[in-house]
Amino acid sequence: MALTTNTILICAGGGCISAGEESVKQAFERKLKEFGLDTVVKVVETGCMGACSLGPLAVIYPDGVYYQKLTPKAAEKIVEEHILKGRVVPEFLFEGEKEKLTLKEKPRGAEEIPFFARQVKIALRNVGIIDPMSIEEYIARDGYFALHKALTQMTPEEVIKEIKESGLRGRGGAGFPTGLKWELARQQQSDVKYMICNADEGDPGAFMDRSILEGDPHSIVEAMTIAGYAIGAKQGFVYVRAEYPLAIERLQKAIEDAHAYGFLGENIFGTDFSFDIEIRIGAGAFVCGEETALMHSIEGKRGQPRVKPPFPVQKGLWGKPTVINNVETLALVPPIILRGASWFRQFGTEKSPGTKVFALAGKIKNTGLVEVPMGITLRELLYEIGGGHPQGKQIKAVQTGGPSGGVIPAEYFDTPVDYESLGKLGAIMGSGGMIVLDEDDCMVDVAKFFLEFTVDESCGKCTPCREGTKVMYDILDKITKGEGTMEDIEKLEKLALVIKDSSLCGLGQTAPNPVLSTLKYYRHEYEAHVKDGVCPAKRCKAFISYVIDAEKCVGCTACARVCPTNAIHGEVRKVHEIDQDACVRCGSCIEVCRFGAISKVTPAVSSTVAK
Amino acid sequence: MAVCETHKELYKELDEFIEKVKDKPGILIAVLHKAQEIFGWLPQEVQEYIAEKLGLPVSEVHGVVTFYNFFATKPKGKNQIKICLGTACYVKGADRVMERFLEELGVQAEEVTPDGLFSVHPVRCLGACSMAPVVLVGEKDFYGKVTPDMVSKIIAAYRRGGRNE
Ligand SMILES: Cc1cc2nc3c(=O)[nH]c(=O)nc-3n(C[C@H](O)[C@H](O)[C@H](O)COP(=O)(O)O)c2cc1C
Ligand code: SF4
Ligand code: SF4
Ligand code: FES
Ligand code: FES
Repeated sequence: MALTTNTILICAGGGCISAGEESVKQAFERKLKEFGLDTVVKVVETGCMGACSLGPLAVIYPDGVYYQKLTPKAAEKIVEEHILKGRVVPEFLFEGEKEKLTLKEKPRGAEEIPFFARQVKIALRNVGIIDPMSIEEYIARDGYFALHKALTQMTPEEVIKEIKESGLRGRGGAGFPTGLKWELARQQQSDVKYMICNADEGDPGAFMDRSILEGDPHSIVEAMTIAGYAIGAKQGFVYVRAEYPLAIERLQKAIEDAHAYGFLGENIFGTDFSFDIEIRIGAGAFVCGEETALMHSIEGKRGQPRVKPPFPVQKGLWGKPTVINNVETLALVPPIILRGASWFRQFGTEKSPGTKVFALAGKIKNTGLVEVPMGITLRELLYEIGGGHPQGKQIKAVQTGGPSGGVIPAEYFDTPVDYESLGKLGAIMGSGGMIVLDEDDCMVDVAKFFLEFTVDESCGKCTPCREGTKVMYDILDKITKGEGTMEDIEKLEKLALVIKDSSLCGLGQTAPNPVLSTLKYYRHEYEAHVKDGVCPAKRCKAFISYVIDAEKCVGCTACARVCPTNAIHGEVRKVHEIDQDACVRCGSCIEVCRFGAISKVTPAVSSTVAK
Repeated sequence: MAVCETHKELYKELDEFIEKVKDKPGILIAVLHKAQEIFGWLPQEVQEYIAEKLGLPVSEVHGVVTFYNFFATKPKGKNQIKICLGTACYVKGADRVMERFLEELGVQAEEVTPDGLFSVHPVRCLGACSMAPVVLVGEKDFYGKVTPDMVSKIIAAYRRGGRNE
């Protein structure tokens, strides 16, 4: 093996890819080759490094210098300056780091960057720091030490005790105590048991599990093996969604390498414990994230949930006792085993110990993945780490928990983030997706968005979920189209409660949450649509018109040229006008007008809106 | 079963895969993934073929295929335009981008244009929420912060042969 002097870790998470990571990587490789450095400098793609809004990102090791917003030109310069001459390239450093220009002063990445400084990385400890394809680098960061400790120094009962004492709760949504789940499975009498990792990650807007699988796949292999030992399983399955091909590839490689090192397979570390892991790929059904549906899917069947009990720990995969844990839950296991329950408990709160990864998205400056101690307030999370609104506007609310969750209005931003506190507000922790909303987001429309999702994803097995969500969706649709009545709002509320109580699985039971929580805090928005013909956020097309301010319009024709329906008339250098009957309210004109002459108004000014 | 000459190679590839995995329990979904990778979609004959090979009732195979969104029972366009309608993209106006694509191409979602060049598919969270709204063409060409105005340019690039042509 050639000696490598530097490693360039380049983020290949979705955000950075769509910001042009591929061409940056090629530029690095091209330039390195040009200088004959391609054998000593490795270019390695990792999972999402977290600071997605600054992408494409790269970190140069061993110096640990972070570069942001890279272009192919920037990559070439970094090779010429940093790699070749050891001089940091200031233009592309993270904000706040630019004062330190020489390597001697070591502009070290993470600790000094505000976005990272308040984070505590346990689940994400290796993501963006090691080469995910290298088992040696994982080992160098204490990888497989926890497995060794568990297998050689601890009984299965002791492993379970440690996890129980750590207070670790499931990060996949429900927050069930992990140690207790393992204990229940351990107590089952059965010659065959299974350990499953749930990597279906269905909440649209959350991608921490993917980042872990792409950035640190060995942590999951190690944790599953520890779990298998604890509960008495010999076979593990990872159920990964088909949309994550890179994650699947890396996990496969990790499994193979772990085999080669004797960390998987027969007689691990020379003990009499044997364990193996197989990957099963999902096929695009949200409900398959639900544990009983997931097991049906692994069995090769339609992924429909079934009634619990029996619980998976009693009767799971192929009828055998089975533990299912989420990716992030598992990623926390090796550090707990290695460093102990009380170490873990120093982070987080009494009832929600440890850290949680959140995916910040929507109307927020620093979009990306952050791992913070539980109990941090929403305000700290959104403003100190998230950087607040990108244009400095007021944040209206944050939506957590995706289609099963709810909205939390700004008045409650001093609430600590933990399972109980969020639940009390009618939202949930969920998998950690946080979508930030501002004044342009209509709460009725947000509820409708999630209901549309549920209607699409309901597996159809039980009536309240299949039919009920459809009726709820139709009512919401009616309201956003200007055809709603006050009775509709009441009906919506009643229906929501029925569906919550009578659906078979978690999908149906939580589907009404987006409606209930928006009704709880933003009933006035529903009523404005119904009673006043107004959409306060100016989002619902039936309630708005685009109008041109004659005072400000200079007749530049930009809007008329961009309008897809030729709804804008006017001569050059004369005031333009919008034909409300032809306008489809696409919003393009408002974006191109450089004079701020076009605005949205509600209620709609045209007579064409159905009342 | 009669197998079309030109497809023989494709079926051979599928056979090889089935041979490797057929003893694993519950392997149907993995076989369907492979078949879709080979054929691009899952025509009725392929479903019947798989049922026979795995010794399953055709109805069961069909039931599984139709349950999962990922499996296509209709061919897709040469360029599959995947529009993210995940939450982050939605609040940044992905619905307007979607509308514009459908309008410009004159198709419904999941439908192929008459020239076979395009089909439009709503998808959920491509993990690039920071660049919302996001559009992915094929497997690799990501477009971030897409506005309706960009739509015609994106389409035109693939009419010419691809993003970089
Ligand atoms: C409709 C539905 C979808 C779910 N999707 C996921 C998912 O994508 N990932 C996940 O880990 N858990 C998901 N869950 C929760 C799982 O059923 C299960 O509780 C979890 O995987 C247990 O792991 P944990 O205890 O480590 O959180 C979902 C639940 C429901 C009802
Ligand atoms: S609640 Fe919905 S998703 Fe769950 S079993 Fe019933 S129909 Fe299927
Ligand atoms: S909103 Fe769209 S359709 Fe209406 S005038 Fe502006 S560009 Fe034309
Ligand atoms: S995708 Fe690169 S930092 Fe998130
Ligand atoms: S919601 Fe579109 S990329 Fe995440």
